[in-house]
Amino acid sequence: MSTQSLSQPVSTPPTTAEDHRKMHVVVVGHVDHGKSTFVGRLLHDTDSLPNGKMEQVRKNCAIEGMEFEYAFLLDALIEEQEQNITIDTTRIFFRTKQRAYAIIDAPGHKEFLKNMVTGAASASAALLLIDAKEGVMDQSRRHAFLLSLLGVKQLVVLVNKMDLVDHSEATYQQIVKEYSEFLRTLGLKAVHFIPIAAKHGENVVERAAKMPWWKGPTVTEALDAFSHEDDLTGLPLRLPVSDIYRFDHRRIIAGRVEAGAIRPGDELIFQPGGRRSTVRTFEDWPGPESRQVAGTGDSASVTLSEQIFVERGQVASHPSDQPRVGREFRARIFWLGKEPLVPNKTYRLRLLTQNVDAVIAKIVKVTDASTLESKEADSVPRDSICEVIVRATRNIAFDLHHECPITGRFALEEGGRIHGGGIILDAVTKSEAPSGKVTASERGARAGHPPAVVWFTGLSGSGKSTIAEAVERRLFDAGRNVIRVDGDDLRVSLNRDLGFSAADRAESVRRASAVAGLFAGTGHITLVTLIAPLAADRAKARAALANHTFIEVFVDAPLAVCESRDVKGLYAKARRGEIAEFTGISSPYEAPEAPEVHIKTDQTSQEEAVDLVLGAIDKLIQGKGEDWEV
Amino acid sequence: MSRNAQNDHLTRLEQTSIHVFREAFANFRSVCMPWSMGKDSNVLIWLARKAFCGKIPFPLLHIDTTYEFPEMYEFREKAKVIHGIDLIVRVNEDAIRRGIGYATHDPVTVTHELKTVPFKAAIDEFKWDALVTGIRRDEDPTRAKERWFSPRSAEGAWDYKDQPPEFWGQFASSAPEGGHVRVQPLLEWTELDIWEYIRRENIPNPTLYFSRNGKRFRSLGCHPITHPVDSPASNIDEIIEELKLTKTSERAGRAQDHVGRNSMQELRAKGFM
Repeated sequence: MSTQSLSQPVSTPPTTAEDHRKMHVVVVGHVDHGKSTFVGRLLHDTDSLPNGKMEQVRKNCAIEGMEFEYAFLLDALIEEQEQNITIDTTRIFFRTKQRAYAIIDAPGHKEFLKNMVTGAASASAALLLIDAKEGVMDQSRRHAFLLSLLGVKQLVVLVNKMDLVDHSEATYQQIVKEYSEFLRTLGLKAVHFIPIAAKHGENVVERAAKMPWWKGPTVTEALDAFSHEDDLTGLPLRLPVSDIYRFDHRRIIAGRVEAGAIRPGDELIFQPGGRRSTVRTFEDWPGPESRQVAGTGDSASVTLSEQIFVERGQVASHPSDQPRVGREFRARIFWLGKEPLVPNKTYRLRLLTQNVDAVIAKIVKVTDASTLESKEADSVPRDSICEVIVRATRNIAFDLHHECPITGRFALEEGGRIHGGGIILDAVTKSEAPSGKVTASERGARAGHPPAVVWFTGLSGSGKSTIAEAVERRLFDAGRNVIRVDGDDLRVSLNRDLGFSAADRAESVRRASAVAGLFAGTGHITLVTLIAPLAADRAKARAALANHTFIEVFVDAPLAVCESRDVKGLYAKARRGEIAEFTGISSPYEAPEAPEVHIKTDQTSQEEAVDLVLGAIDKLIQGKGEDWEV
Repeated sequence: MSRNAQNDHLTRLEQTSIHVFREAFANFRSVCMPWSMGKDSNVLIWLARKAFCGKIPFPLLHIDTTYEFPEMYEFREKAKVIHGIDLIVRVNEDAIRRGIGYATHDPVTVTHELKTVPFKAAIDEFKWDALVTGIRRDEDPTRAKERWFSPRSAEGAWDYKDQPPEFWGQFASSAPEGGHVRVQPLLEWTELDIWEYIRRENIPNPTLYFSRNGKRFRSLGCHPITHPVDSPASNIDEIIEELKLTKTSERAGRAQDHVGRNSMQELRAKGFM
């Protein structure tokens, strides 16, 4: 039976001094230097194994004719036992008198580096094992390098298998000397080097009688002396926007406080973009009272006093202590992707909730994680560490890693999968001077709202222009960039050469969509009023404008009503045969099958129609991860 | 340990879970939360309401095996109203017509037919790309390898040998073609955390968890294969004290876990939660 939980928190009743917070510890080191054995022994010696687990594993070993090993205690999956390597980040809980721990049994096998990264990134402390007999090996160094990159600062080196070197202090000292020097080059320092023999439990929990020369702590004593390493007090406020909720009348900015603290009444600035507003309330459920402060690690639900454009990805801070804003920075990254990292290819850069396209503008150098030698290279192979210049396609908010670690690190993604991560060393300031193409999102940021194309289609006289004019007035008065592209106006200017044949109508739709695309490209909400009777032509327009939010509004008025209005006298002319191929009379109108907005003019007042269109603009633009109120 | 330290710990877990909920909702097109009506599931509902300021903005799914304890159906109706849940209920009527049941079939087959099959059918029907589950790493060794966001293929299979790395709060942001992502906000919680949080927040739960005549349910599933454990714990405080001392596993009373040496892994590879 393999279902009994290994990872259940158990054993000693809590004492008054216990720290209830679980500390995450990662165990790393070269393959076969004894990580699994050590963890098995630790669980056993702290009495953290479920009832019967030892007996069960001993029995299984007997059945399969193998000698019992403490490492087998961890091999919860049969597959792992067969392969004799740990395949993924397993979390195992144990408890000392001081507190509870979660051990991440990070594997030493090279191809599984990404699991180690996953484990180590969430660890407060690391235990690195070195085989006393084999000494410092490739992965002993590689893992320390990664730990330094991932920001794990509390490190204890365990010089294991001391029983194989006759518990020799001289051997121990030799390793301490060699490895300390290596750590120093990384800017790391081990809190302790503890000589142990995990197999026999020496200096794990109990002191080893065979190493009387060792006066330092045992492993559990050393762990208990660690502090939780996420004390971020004193850092500036960093609240990345996760989402904007409008489930009811409230407009709530949701996010997690990644550093600093936020209070109602605080003035905030949202970067990139630079718009400011003031925190009005926290909207904590279940209430009725909300917190007075949201500190680091807390999720916040904030309403603002002044309604400004806010979108996912922006970082809120206090105006006096803002993150940097720019597109380009120098970073040290680790690359875990199967395909090598190459310059000028587009990756997704994810920094907090920001998610933008970015390229590696330059590979500065690739570092051998074992020898720490650096060299120039055209690409970065899997499991390497390198220094690069990253250039995002638009501005992002960030900090340098040494100023504020949590906003100074990022992940690189390709095809929806994370393949690497890095820390920001320097901003490259030249990118802040105007360079490269001005992007649509830059224009959107200046306008304070994203662009869109709203295409009104319907019979002549259905009321397209009347509704569009009213929509334009409402948007304009609300301070939005808005413009109308009217089919009748085009007909006497740009489309003067076109008639009413099917080919000419298609061309007129093409031209109108090109014009609309130019306006939308300048950041305008562009209202197009054009009959565009054929579904195929409208589909082409939609495809041509695929880069923008496209909203089709079907102004649906019965032909009889349009004809009776006949403001321009066109229906009468058509009936008299003076206009050939007039839509609705002598040429078909193909009604849209799935318009974003369908206005039945005989059932909807003009005011309601305008609200419908404004509602759709609001909703669809919000659906793109944007938020603003019409 | 002081109450304050414990509250700090629970608050930290709570706030992290809320963050996971919000990231899922922001990143995925269509989210659903399967609901077993058990304690973990009910904690999830509570956390979702906290994350979204009172209202859960996606539907919940109950796969009804028709073997729930009668009290669970009562609880379902009550909780639906309390939390304002948009609930989808699905039953594998076809399997029931074919006579699949605990009286005639083994638990692995029944679990597959009455849980996994209708579960997959519901995913196909509604095209959800993210499913929020109540999986905790401490429940079972195979679950210890889970990630916060765990991609599943179109067949629901879990490629645990090739999982994306997860660090610095960055999760898998899209589902595999035709597949979905399991979102697991309770990953870091333990059984003890769950009960301490239920106590702190006063979260409604079925009373089957509390001792009657010296026995209580520690984990709830289909009634023919879910057995109570010996326990005098008749209220939340007593359960918490009991859990601090116990060394037996939580799912010991769940028969489908124990049929073969590796049945849990088999079930999960086929798409079981």
